[in-house]
Amino acid sequence: MSELDAFRTEVREWLAANCPAEMREPIREEGDVCWGGRNWVFKNDAQKAWLEACVAKGYTVPDWPKAYGGAGLTPEQTKILKQEMKRINARSPLDSFGIWMLGPALLQFGTEEQKVHYLNPIARGEIRWCQGYSEPGSGSDLVSLQTFGEDKGDHWVVNGSKIWTSYADKADWIFCLVRTDKANKYQGITFMLFDMESKGVTTKPILLISGNSPFCETFFDDVEVPKTQYVGEINRGWDVAKYLLGHEREMISGGGAGGDMVSIGALFAKSLGKNENGELDDPILRAEMAAFDVDVFAYRAMGERFMDMWKTGRAHPASSNMMKYVGTELNKRRHELVMSGGGSEALEWDSEETKGGARPRAWLRTKANSIEGGTSEVMLNVIAKRILDLPGA
Amino acid sequence: MPLYHNDDQAMLKDSVAPFVAEQAPVAHLRSLRDSADATGFSQGLWAQFTEMGLPGMLVPEAHGGLGMGHMEAGIVLEEVGRNLTPSPFLATSVGAVAALAKAGGTQASRWLPAIASGEAIIALAIDEGAKHRPDRIATTATRAGNGFRIDGRKSFVLHGHVADMSIVAAKTDGGITLFAVPKDAKGVTADPRRLVDSSLASHVTLDGVEVDADAVIGEVDAGGDILDALLAATRTGAAAEMVGVGQGAMDMTITYLKERKQFGKLIGEFQGLQHRAAHLYGEMEVARATVMKAQQLLDEGGAGAKLMVSVAKAKAGRAANLAVREGVQMHGGIGMTDEYDIGLYMKRDRALAEFMGDVHYHIDQVARMNGY
Repeated sequence: MSELDAFRTEVREWLAANCPAEMREPIREEGDVCWGGRNWVFKNDAQKAWLEACVAKGYTVPDWPKAYGGAGLTPEQTKILKQEMKRINARSPLDSFGIWMLGPALLQFGTEEQKVHYLNPIARGEIRWCQGYSEPGSGSDLVSLQTFGEDKGDHWVVNGSKIWTSYADKADWIFCLVRTDKANKYQGITFMLFDMESKGVTTKPILLISGNSPFCETFFDDVEVPKTQYVGEINRGWDVAKYLLGHEREMISGGGAGGDMVSIGALFAKSLGKNENGELDDPILRAEMAAFDVDVFAYRAMGERFMDMWKTGRAHPASSNMMKYVGTELNKRRHELVMSGGGSEALEWDSEETKGGARPRAWLRTKANSIEGGTSEVMLNVIAKRILDLPGA
Repeated sequence: MPLYHNDDQAMLKDSVAPFVAEQAPVAHLRSLRDSADATGFSQGLWAQFTEMGLPGMLVPEAHGGLGMGHMEAGIVLEEVGRNLTPSPFLATSVGAVAALAKAGGTQASRWLPAIASGEAIIALAIDEGAKHRPDRIATTATRAGNGFRIDGRKSFVLHGHVADMSIVAAKTDGGITLFAVPKDAKGVTADPRRLVDSSLASHVTLDGVEVDADAVIGEVDAGGDILDALLAATRTGAAAEMVGVGQGAMDMTITYLKERKQFGKLIGEFQGLQHRAAHLYGEMEVARATVMKAQQLLDEGGAGAKLMVSVAKAKAGRAANLAVREGVQMHGGIGMTDEYDIGLYMKRDRALAEFMGDVHYHIDQVARMNGY
């Protein structure tokens, strides 16, 4: 047996022993997702046990070094772990902007002290992070941001506001882009970290078309940030932000593949019924769903190739923009089909059978996919400029 | 296996790409077309392919080949697609080899070494109507004497008029049987037609063709699995060639966007065209990954190979079609001229898209394989 086969066996056995049955069910509602943090209340004992088992094994961040709370797995081993978790439909033990975004940036740009100090709590789900990038007036055009940190020697005094800060009202700490030099557009931004309980930080949820408020407005009024709490170099926060956005896009584009391996046509054949030939009983919808399934299976192959190439440094740095563009457009298409397949039932906004209108709310939520983390149009601009090298782009 | 070319595969690409580009660029296709060549490809070029060891890439080593996989064959096919190179590689070295290697036995021993040595050209006589419907074969093979008598009509048979042997799918009493029908078999008539892409494909008539019992490829009535192997390999190969066609068209177009001026600007500066070009790039990358995944699953004998083959043929079909349509449109008037190559890409894409099942056929297959 090869080493990887042996690892797969070991993982299977570990999952069989440690992943509770309740954690092998699809995510049905927001509370099923474990975000962790100082104020986290576990939904049930299984959610807690699953997180603790994964933390102990380093499996919340399997490819991070052991010193920072990971399991030190190779890319091949990480892939096997993910495959095996998917095989038993295991839920993610911990969803976290710390894991997806800040962590990779700290691993790349942080000092040894910062890595030890911040990464371990992230891996254990002790600190819930939010991201402070966009501002009113600075959406995809991040270099125009205005939140300013005034140099006071050993600390900055930060004033300004952020918008679309996901779960800022529930987060413990923020990683934030702050202008520290007004004269230099690109090289005048610093990547800072600070506690959301700092004096002068307030948040206000924004009600969206989905009826939910996952995003907030966040205000900074003379917030003091110690000079030890920045990542990378002062005024070079843009380098960190760009690196991190690559990871964010990777995460958002992952939505295109959907949560499980079930084809959308197979899913709706059950509720819509089949004709005497065993075909979904609406030929045009069947054709559209099948065409969509082709694109999803194809996109999954691209996702696998992208990750294989990304992890070994073979991917073009801007290929995450391509993944984000294709994946988010695909996810929007999925939810349009989900609404069609659901018919009038998918219109119900608040009935118990529809879990509080989960489908229409999810459909509306996906419309943000091609806006957040850089719009589809910005992604296309980046591909045109950095990959295709088109003039004047 | 990671989903990118390993070092050996990258080396193969590094030797095949310049070879095809130098020996058989689009000008090669033009000269065959303009001289009304009656073969459909250049024997001289095929001899050069043979010197490189390419015809027998997929032939098992025991039969004199290189024992490589679909991932490697795909590298050749992508370059063949990129340069619109006419050659019997797809039908002979991919489709026929997959069937013969799967079947083993007399016909494998007879033909695989000949394919590897570049001596044998094989045709695939599967289709019977204008659309690919391999589950509706009407050609019959009935027992006669020591062998069989085959009657039927086949269409879209690439190299059918010059092939040394044709693999003929026919209905037998208890199922489908594949036969190796040699070129000189009595009762076989191949009527070659020039297609839109200048290639030649034949309508083949089998009129009381008598073959020995050992002409059966594999076992009588048990040709279904062998046919499946042939189809999976040829479809994946066609998809790889389409990725090459699409990439070739896209590269030409991107180059043009950087050179052509209108309204005092390079047209590549216009955001309307930039976004379409960037969208096309994304579609091509997804198609490429999908074809590689299908090749990998075929090579590993992995579960889900059949599904991914249909996904690849459909996705490559859509992406390459977008590439050639955008190519002609973005070239403007010049794209409509025979003198300019972009139109040739559009023609080849059309033929490859139809070969072994078009986009709609494969989308339907994906629905069926998923139970709806």
